[in-house]
Amino acid sequence: MSGIRVLVGTRKGGFILTSDGSRKKWSVSGPHFAGWEIYHMKASPVDSNRIFASQSSGWFGQVMQRSDDGGKTWNTPGSSPEELLSPDGMPKGESNKFVYDTSSQTGKPLTTHLWYDGSQHPWEFKRVWHIEPSRDNPDTAYAGVEDAALFRTTDGGKSWHELPGLRGHGTGSKWQPGAGGMCLHTILFDPTNPKRIYVAISAAGAFRTDDGGATWKPINRGLKSPYLPEPTPEIGFCVHRLALHPSRPNVVFMQLHQGGGVYRSDNAGDQWVEVNGNLPTDFGFPIDVHAHEADTVYAVPMDPNLRVPPEGKLRVYRSRTGGNDWEPLARGLPQENCYVNVLRDAMSVDSLDPCGVYFGTNGGQVYASADGGDNWTAIVRDLPAVLSVEAQTLP
Amino acid sequence: MIRVILPYHLKALAGISGEVQLEVAGPASVRSILDALEARYPMLRGTIRDQVTGHRRAMLRFFACEQDFSNDALDTPLPEAIASGAEPLLVVGAIAGG
Repeated sequence: MSGIRVLVGTRKGGFILTSDGSRKKWSVSGPHFAGWEIYHMKASPVDSNRIFASQSSGWFGQVMQRSDDGGKTWNTPGSSPEELLSPDGMPKGESNKFVYDTSSQTGKPLTTHLWYDGSQHPWEFKRVWHIEPSRDNPDTAYAGVEDAALFRTTDGGKSWHELPGLRGHGTGSKWQPGAGGMCLHTILFDPTNPKRIYVAISAAGAFRTDDGGATWKPINRGLKSPYLPEPTPEIGFCVHRLALHPSRPNVVFMQLHQGGGVYRSDNAGDQWVEVNGNLPTDFGFPIDVHAHEADTVYAVPMDPNLRVPPEGKLRVYRSRTGGNDWEPLARGLPQENCYVNVLRDAMSVDSLDPCGVYFGTNGGQVYASADGGDNWTAIVRDLPAVLSVEAQTLP
Repeated sequence: MIRVILPYHLKALAGISGEVQLEVAGPASVRSILDALEARYPMLRGTIRDQVTGHRRAMLRFFACEQDFSNDALDTPLPEAIASGAEPLLVVGAIAGG
């Protein structure tokens, strides 16, 4: 029977929750990197034992970690004892180095973006928010960082290099941070087209490349932000999350900031349509798609002013129609006195049948449903605040 | 032999228990000591000083012989007691946060 590994990033370390395919009994390992913020951990789709982790700290900066044994042991790539013995000589700690590309050869030498006071502010690297390993090469992975940019490694994480065409897009100087920082938090591949990648940036919006990352275009048409002076600009949207089903990669779902809500595009982001329907609010962070039903979508609406569950009731909402018609899923979730939040990278699905759905809260709970969301149980209840949840289906 | 004492989290990151002892080429300065430290423990690159600017990370300080060298030039010579190993260089993380 195959198994499940749930990779949980928290404010105080990483945790790995494992179960067999029944998803009834779980074991918990961790904290890995105790005391550090683990923004994200994700495994390679082509090597289930290879996991990348983003380890960061307001004191000590960014560290990239990699495990090649399913999370039992970790190394900063290029620094393991085996790699120290390589004929390449001493490693240089390049795995922790994220340097924006301002060379004229590879992109426009863009060095500033819009700051809160309206001035231009230098791009300053702060942390890696999200790691997206390649679908076909275990040594290749993409990293979405703050201040917003996209980096790629092709040597297993030993070194990271920016894809400068994104930041060099003509709108880059107008990008502005949201309250959580100016982060690139979503990276989606089109499994039918290796040249196409979607990314999303708070608070710049969604972007797409169709040439493998050399050039990008904003894909925000149809979105609305009534709190902006110009409600439908080319960029400036605080997109919280994108999701798609691999069988239908032209259909993309989005959770936008309040004033927008849940959107759907049927043409790879060229045009968006709001599909809030009967959702109780238009605010939330994560959005995800069922592993086997391309029109089944999950969102976790929050009170737009308080960013806690409406009425103190934690409910996931599921649409089986690709939006507009939503049903609350509450069985097993707290339905009174619940005031936690679910952050943008803290929801994931596995690929078993029936599909498992997982999410973590900033109260330290990780909830799991082994039946597509009908019933929920807490795998753990008292972790540090959860930043990210990735479900990995093991072979 | 120069001695360096690191904050808890950097010792954990580098797999160090206790203090670090380093052979440092040339005069003992914060720069020469950090260069030697990072050559021995490459995973520490970027955690004490910024990878691009080389500047000390804001929430860290360098103390030696009851003096604060945090805001001095990185090449400032450190006291003889540091060079001789009689006293350690302290890399101290801010005692703050929740």
